[in-house]
Amino acid sequence: MTPEQALLETEVAIEMITVVIDGFEVTVPKGTLVIRAAEKLGIQIPRFCDHPLLKPAGACRQCLVDIEINGRAFPKPQASCTIPVENNMIVKTQLTSTVAEKAQEGIMEFLLINHPLDCAVCDKGGECPLQNQAMSTGRPESRFEGVKRTFEKPISISSQVLLDRERCVLCARCTRFSEEIAGDPFITLNERGALQQVGIYEKDPFESYYSGNTVQICPVGALTGTSYRFRARPFDLVSIDSACEHCASGCAMRTDIRRGKTLRRLAGDDPSVNEEWNCDKGRWAFKYLTNRERVTTPMIRGADGELHETSWPEAIAFAAAGLKDKRAGVLVGGRTTVEDAYGYSKFARVALGTNDIDFRARPHSDEETSFLSRVALNLKTTYKDIDVADQVVLLGFEPEEESPIVFLRIYKQVSKRALPVLSDAPFASRGSEKLGAVLISDLSKIANLTTKSVVIVGERLAETRGAFSSVYELINKSGAKLAWIPRRSGEPGALAAGAIPTLLPGGRPVTDPAARVDVAAAWSVESLPTSQGRSTSEILLALNVKNLDAVVIGGVDPLDISSTALTQLLNSFVVSLEISHSAITAVADVVLPVAAVIEKSGSYLDWQGSPRVFEKAIADSLSRSDVRILSMLADEMGSPINLPTVSATAREIASLGKWDGTPVAFEKSVSEKITELGEKLNLKSWRLLLDLGTLQGGEANLAGTARKASAHISKARAEKIGVKSGELISISSELGSLELPVEICEMADDLIWVPRNSIGSQVIANLGFVNGQVKVIKA
Amino acid sequence: MTKLTPVLSAHWDEKDSFTIEGYKRVGGYKAVTKALTMEPDAVIQMIKDSGLRGRGGAGFPTGSKWGFIPQGDNKEHYLVVNADESEPGTCKDMPLLMANPHVLIEGIIIGSYAIRANHAFIYLRGEVVHVFRRVQQAIEDAYKAGLLGKNIGGKGYDLELTLHAGAGAYICGEETALLDSLEGFRGQPRLRPPFPAIAGLYAKPTVVNNVESIASVPAIINNGIEWFQEMGTEKSKGFTLYSLSGHVNNPGQFEAPLGITLREILELAGGIREGHQLKFWTPGGSSTPLFTDQHLDIPLDYEGVSAAGSMLGTKALQIFDETTCVVRAVLRWSEFYKHESCGKCTPCREGTWWLVQMLHDLEAGKGTEADLAKLLDLCDNIAGRSFCALADGAVAPIISSLKYFRDEYLEHQRNGGCPFDRVASTIFKTVGV
Ligand SMILES: Cc1cc2nc3c(=O)[nH]c(=O)nc-3n(C[C@H](O)[C@H](O)[C@H](O)COP(=O)(O)O)c2cc1C
Ligand code: SF4
Ligand code: SF4
Ligand code: SF4
Ligand code: FES
Repeated sequence: MTPEQALLETEVAIEMITVVIDGFEVTVPKGTLVIRAAEKLGIQIPRFCDHPLLKPAGACRQCLVDIEINGRAFPKPQASCTIPVENNMIVKTQLTSTVAEKAQEGIMEFLLINHPLDCAVCDKGGECPLQNQAMSTGRPESRFEGVKRTFEKPISISSQVLLDRERCVLCARCTRFSEEIAGDPFITLNERGALQQVGIYEKDPFESYYSGNTVQICPVGALTGTSYRFRARPFDLVSIDSACEHCASGCAMRTDIRRGKTLRRLAGDDPSVNEEWNCDKGRWAFKYLTNRERVTTPMIRGADGELHETSWPEAIAFAAAGLKDKRAGVLVGGRTTVEDAYGYSKFARVALGTNDIDFRARPHSDEETSFLSRVALNLKTTYKDIDVADQVVLLGFEPEEESPIVFLRIYKQVSKRALPVLSDAPFASRGSEKLGAVLISDLSKIANLTTKSVVIVGERLAETRGAFSSVYELINKSGAKLAWIPRRSGEPGALAAGAIPTLLPGGRPVTDPAARVDVAAAWSVESLPTSQGRSTSEILLALNVKNLDAVVIGGVDPLDISSTALTQLLNSFVVSLEISHSAITAVADVVLPVAAVIEKSGSYLDWQGSPRVFEKAIADSLSRSDVRILSMLADEMGSPINLPTVSATAREIASLGKWDGTPVAFEKSVSEKITELGEKLNLKSWRLLLDLGTLQGGEANLAGTARKASAHISKARAEKIGVKSGELISISSELGSLELPVEICEMADDLIWVPRNSIGSQVIANLGFVNGQVKVIKA
Repeated sequence: MTKLTPVLSAHWDEKDSFTIEGYKRVGGYKAVTKALTMEPDAVIQMIKDSGLRGRGGAGFPTGSKWGFIPQGDNKEHYLVVNADESEPGTCKDMPLLMANPHVLIEGIIIGSYAIRANHAFIYLRGEVVHVFRRVQQAIEDAYKAGLLGKNIGGKGYDLELTLHAGAGAYICGEETALLDSLEGFRGQPRLRPPFPAIAGLYAKPTVVNNVESIASVPAIINNGIEWFQEMGTEKSKGFTLYSLSGHVNNPGQFEAPLGITLREILELAGGIREGHQLKFWTPGGSSTPLFTDQHLDIPLDYEGVSAAGSMLGTKALQIFDETTCVVRAVLRWSEFYKHESCGKCTPCREGTWWLVQMLHDLEAGKGTEADLAKLLDLCDNIAGRSFCALADGAVAPIISSLKYFRDEYLEHQRNGGCPFDRVASTIFKTVGV
C-alpha cells in the first residue's frame, strides 16, 4: 500500500496550529498558508499571483508580511502566500508592521510603473484587483517619471481570448491554471525582465476547453474575452447566481445582465462541484438566446399549411382540441429543469392518460430504460468519491468532452497522486492522454475493483447491448461506486421527475399499484395509467404507424435521435414547446413559446443528484416556463395538473418525495454477438464538447477553438486503405457518406472513430446511425 | 606577508596541463583511487571536517550540503556542477576549466561517489565555446581511460557525466533556475522548499556545487584535512582563486589562502596602473557592495568581508582607479541586471527597469538631490523583497556607491553632466607585456 492509499484508508486527524496575526490568535489546519489564516481573521493581505486553487508561486511579492517564529524574526519580509503556518508564529501584516506596509507599497508602486493605467477603457475597470489594491495599498501619487514599456495591443491568444500585454502584471495565474488545473500548457511566459510576457506556442494553439477561466482569474484587464470586450462596464451589470444548462457536471454560474440582456457568464463558486472553474461552453455559449429566431408569440398552422401568430387562449384551445381524448406521447428533451420535466411527467399521466413519455432525445435502449429506472435513480456517488477513489473506470463516457468538470476533478487526482484511470474508448483522446487512461477493449479487463473504486457510465453505454448488464454485475460483485453521467444537464432531473415510460415522479414504478396510489392521491386523480409506456423511439414508431395520433415535444432536435425521427412525426398532431424556430417547429401544428434558462427560475439535478437551483436572471421577462404552459393546456383539456408556477411545482415535488417501496429488479440483457465485418469497419463516435450543438449557435469565437473533425483509424488500416495522416477518406453506409481527413492512432484495426456532430461529421444525418458498419475508402 | 598557494593553478603554465596525461603526470586522478576505497560517508565526513566552503558565492559548507542528501531512499541522486559563471568580474571557473578540466572531473567522480549519484552534470555557460570544447574533450578522454562510465577503476562504481551548454542567462547560475534550465525549461528560480537536496533535478535529491568547490576536493583527499586547514582563517579554511581585473598592472588569477588582503594581492599584481590610485573595488563581483581604499587591509575571507559590510562572493576583485566615474560604472552594472532579470518577481523586473532610467538621468546630470533619496528608497523597496538574490545584487552597487561617493552623484548635477574624462579610464598600459 502506498502512503497515498493509506491516507485514503484512514480518516487522518488533522493537526491544528495556532498563530498570532496582528495580535489576534487564529487556529487553522496544519499546512494552511499565512495569507489564508489571515483571511480567517478578516485580514486582507493584498495579492496578485496567489490563488487558493493554484500552487503557491511567490512571484508578485505583493503579499509581504513580517514573520517571527519562536521569537526569531525573519530578517526580511516574507511572501505570506508561500509560507505555511507554524506553532509559535507571530505575523505582522501591513496593519501592524511598518516594514510590511512599506514593502507592500513599494511593490504596488513597481507594478504600476509599467502599467498603462487605461482603466477608463479597460473591461476590468470597476472590478479590478489591481485598481482596488492600488487604492488600498498604493501611494497616492506615482514617483515614476520615466518611459513605460509598451506593446502592441491586444493580441489574440485564441479566437476567444485576447491579451493586452501592457496590462499584464505577470502573476502567472493564467499559465499556472492552464498547466496545473486544465493540463493544457498551451500558454507560457516568454522572454525575460520587463519584457516577459504571456505567449502561445507557434505550433499548438491555445485550444483548451477551459481557457475562459484564465480570463476570470486574471487579476487585471490583460486577458479579456473576445465576445465581451468593450461591451459593458462592470458597475452597469447586475449579477445573478445561476446554474449551467449545458451539461450534467452542474457548474454554479454567475450571469451578468444589463438591461435585460446577458452580457457574460462566469464560473460560480461551489467547492463541492466546480470549485471555481467552468468550461468554455458554459461560459460562452449563451448567444443562442438572442441568435436564433426566438419564438415570442404562440402560433398555429393554418389551412394554408403555414404557421400564423395567434393569441395564447386561441393557441391553447387549438392544442387542447388536438390532444384531448387522443392517443398522444410526450418527448421531453434533455435540458429541461426538474420542474418542467415534472410538468411534462404529470401532464402525460393526468392530461393524456399515458406513460408514453421519454426525456432521451438520443440513442437509447430498453436495457438502458431498465438500468435507469432500477439502478441509476438510486446511485449516491459524488465528486467526493472521485477525490478519494483508488481507481476510476470510464465506460461509454469521455469526461473532457461530455462532462468537463468531472474531467477536471479526475485530472486533479491524476496529477496529485497518479490516480489510475481505465477507459473503454476505442482510442486515446486528448482527455484520455491527460488522464493517462489505460484503454480496455472489453469489460472483462477491469480488475481490482474495490469499494473505493468509482465506475462512471455515460449515456453512450446504451449503444452497446449488454454493457449495462455487465456493469451491473461488476458493481454487485465488487461493491464499487457507480455513477451515471449523461451528457445533458436535464437528464438526471427528468429521470427523477418520472419523464420516462417506467417511472412516476420520485422513482415510483408505474407498474406498482402502491406507487400509483401514492401519486394518484397526491395529484387528486382517480387513477393513473398502469402499463409501462413507450420510449422515445417507440413513440416515434407508433406515430409513424398511426398507433399514436399526437405528440407534445419539448426542446428536441430530431437529428439527435435518428435520421428518420422527423419524418416519423409528419402525420401526427405536433405540439411544440420551443424557445426558437427549429426543425420541429417547422412541422408542428401548434408552437408555444417558452422561456430560456435565464428567463425563468427552476433547478437542475447534477449527476450527483444534487439540486442546482437558480432564479430568474431577467426579472421582467414575459416568457413562461414549460410547466406553466402545460398547466394552462391541461386546464383547457379539463384535466388540470395544478402547476401554476415553478415554485408551486417545486413544493409539490418536495412534498411527494422519493419512493421508499421496493424497486423492481434490473432486467439484464445479453451481449450482442459480434457480427462478421468483412471489409467493413465498426463506427464509433461521441460528441466533442464544442461542436454543432444547437445551444452553441451564434458564438463564432467559441467555435473557433473547437477541435477539428478527423477520422481516427489504426496504422494497419491506413496502410490497407492506402492513406497517410491528413489525407481524406470517405466513410459510407447504405444511407449516406462523409469525408474526413485521417488521423492515425493506436486502435483496433476494425474500428473507425469520427466526431458525432462536428463540422463535416454529423454522423446521424450523414450516415444514418451512430453505431454500425461502414465502408471506408480513400477519398 | 602571505605567500601564494597555487594548488588548482599549480601547473597552469605547463603546455599540456589540460590533457589527461598532463594531469596524471602531476598526480592527477590519484584522489579518485583513494576515495573509491573509502566509504562514501567517510568522504562526506572528510570534506565536512576540512571546512571547505562553496566557492560559488554564498560560502555554504560543501560537506554539509552533501550530507543533506537523504541516503537509502531508493531514488537517483544527482551532482550538478555550476559552471555558468556570468557575474560581472567573475572569471575564475573559465580559466580553471581551460587550463585543467580534469581536476573538475576528478572532483565530480569523488563528489558523486560520496552522495551516491550515478549521473552528474556540468552546466556550462554556452557562450564560451572554447571552454565547452575543452571540457568535452576531457570528458571523452576520461571515459576512454575508464574514469567515467561503468565500474570506474574496477571498483564497481558507475558514473555518467553529461556536459550541458546553457543559453547565456545570468539567472541560470542561480541553482534552482539552473535546474529548470537543465531540465529543458525556461530558467527561472524555483520556490523553496523543497530544496534541491530533497527535490532537485527531475525532483530527485541533488547537490549543486560551483566548479571551484568541486575542483578543490581532490587536493583535500590527497593531502588531508590538516594540510588544507593550515591555509586560511578560523572559519574560512583553505586556498582559493582571487580574480583580479581592472586598473591593475598584472590582472589575473591569484591563488592564495583565504584571508589575504587586497593590499597583499595588489603587491603581487604589481600594483595599480602607473600614476593612479585605487578608488573603489568589488570584493566578490558586481553583486557585492563596493569597497574603497579604506578597505585595503580587510581580510578577504567570508567573515572579514561581511564584517566590513560586503560579501566575499566569488572573490572577483574588480579594481577601479580615480579616473573612473562611479555613477557610470554603477549604471553599466544596473543595465546588466535589468537585462538579466528573469522577470518572475515584481521588484526586480520593474525595479531594475526604473533604476536604469534614473541612473541614466543622474549620469547625464539631470537629477536633483531629492532623486538620490528616491533612488535609495527604491533600492530599499527591492532589497530583500525579491524572489531570489539577483535583485539584492542589483542594488548592492547603487547603495554602496551612494554610501561612499554621494558627492560624486551631486557633482554630476552641479556640472550638468559627467565631470570625468571618459577616455582617461580606458587608456591602459601594463608592465612587462
Ligand atoms: C543570480 C545568481 C547567479 C548565480 N550565478 C552563479 C554562477 O554563475 N556560478 C555559481 O557557481 N554559482 C552561482 N550562484 C550561486 C548558486 O546559486 C549556488 O549557490 C552555487 O552554485 C552553490 O555552489 P557552492 O556551494 O559550491 O558555492 C548564483 C546565484 C545567484 C542568486
Ligand atoms: S495575463 Fe493576467 S493572469 Fe496571466 S500573467 Fe498576466 S496578469 Fe497574470
Ligand atoms: S462543465 Fe458542464 S455544467 Fe460546467 S460550464 Fe461546462 S457545460 Fe456547464
Ligand atoms: S529577483 Fe525575481 S525577477 Fe529577479 S532574477 Fe530573481 S526571481 Fe527573477
Ligand atoms: S501573492 Fe504572494 S507573492 Fe504574489
